[in-house]
Amino acid sequence: MAENEDVLAAIVGIEPGSSLSQAVAGRADIMMLTQQTHDGALTPDVPGGLSHAERAALALRIAKINDHKAFEDHFETMLEKAGMPDSAVRMADMWFDGGSDLRARALIRHVDLVAHAPKDATRRDIELLQEAGIADADIVRLSELVAFVSYQIRVAVGLQLMRGLA
Amino acid sequence: MSKTLHDFTTEIPQWKPYVAPLNLAEASSEQLDALKVTPSNTKVSDYVLVLAHDVETLKHRSPLFNGVMYNRGGLSRADRELGAVGASMVNRCIYCAAVHASRYNQLTKDTEVIAAVFADGVDAEIEPRLKAILNFAVKLSKCPSEATADDMAALVGAGLSKEEIVDLILSTSLFGWANRLMHTLGEPVGE
Repeated sequence: MAENEDVLAAIVGIEPGSSLSQAVAGRADIMMLTQQTHDGALTPDVPGGLSHAERAALALRIAKINDHKAFEDHFETMLEKAGMPDSAVRMADMWFDGGSDLRARALIRHVDLVAHAPKDATRRDIELLQEAGIADADIVRLSELVAFVSYQIRVAVGLQLMRGLA
Repeated sequence: MSKTLHDFTTEIPQWKPYVAPLNLAEASSEQLDALKVTPSNTKVSDYVLVLAHDVETLKHRSPLFNGVMYNRGGLSRADRELGAVGASMVNRCIYCAAVHASRYNQLTKDTEVIAAVFADGVDAEIEPRLKAILNFAVKLSKCPSEATADDMAALVGAGLSKEEIVDLILSTSLFGWANRLMHTLGEPVGE
């Protein structure tokens, strides 16, 4: 990741000098921490059991579930930068449920559930990940990825609505 | 006897993780730093010890969380808590809703708004400014978001400045994040 990249500003279209730019100026620290968390969730130095390509692919799924085209494009670009391995690319396909790959199946099922309807999640959903051989630390990494991307998309949606204000 | 809670409450429950929290004795220096563990402060909640498995997000998440909820200026702390409650109701995070509803009550020295919101959601009979805030928070928290230009205009109509609206977007969205951890990685238990 480029050090000075700000994914939210680029996706929302926060023009320097605009009234939206002035409104977020007092929260520049939050915007910077958001970008740093984005990099920590998508391209961590120690990815554990979730590769950068898989993270980009699952984030792309989350963007699709949120119907947010600009974030879909962003995560697609990240997937390309991660080399587009077939095993990861197919995880971004909404018609793919993991097939006979039990690990992919468990990851996809959980991402879709937590992105779309976290209210329906129960202890059993974590057990299904554990039964598929996913370590507890990787379950937390996966959860942070879904949770963070869901946050970042909502900030973008809100700020995009603010662009319509006089 | 303790049992899993499924109904909204302002009594803060206990939180029991479904995954094993980090064992502090095995923590790396980076994890200890993110946990802000010092020899005089070794009490860390199970929730934070669970999140410490992903230190590269936790180290930014903690300052981000504190900034969004408590930084100076902009939207009042109580109004930010209401945004958090709206998100937590959509995502049915009983624990987050309890913590932030009780903070709202402490800050406003009133329990009627939260009681009405827990009973009737966005149809609660509360003052127009609070109704506009709650409605926006609930709609932004849906997946996909259902917040519209009219909901945004209602915030302006209710007297919120642009800086205050930014803070509401941040506090509501933050709970789209927090709820997806707290409610999925463990459960609230009470008597």
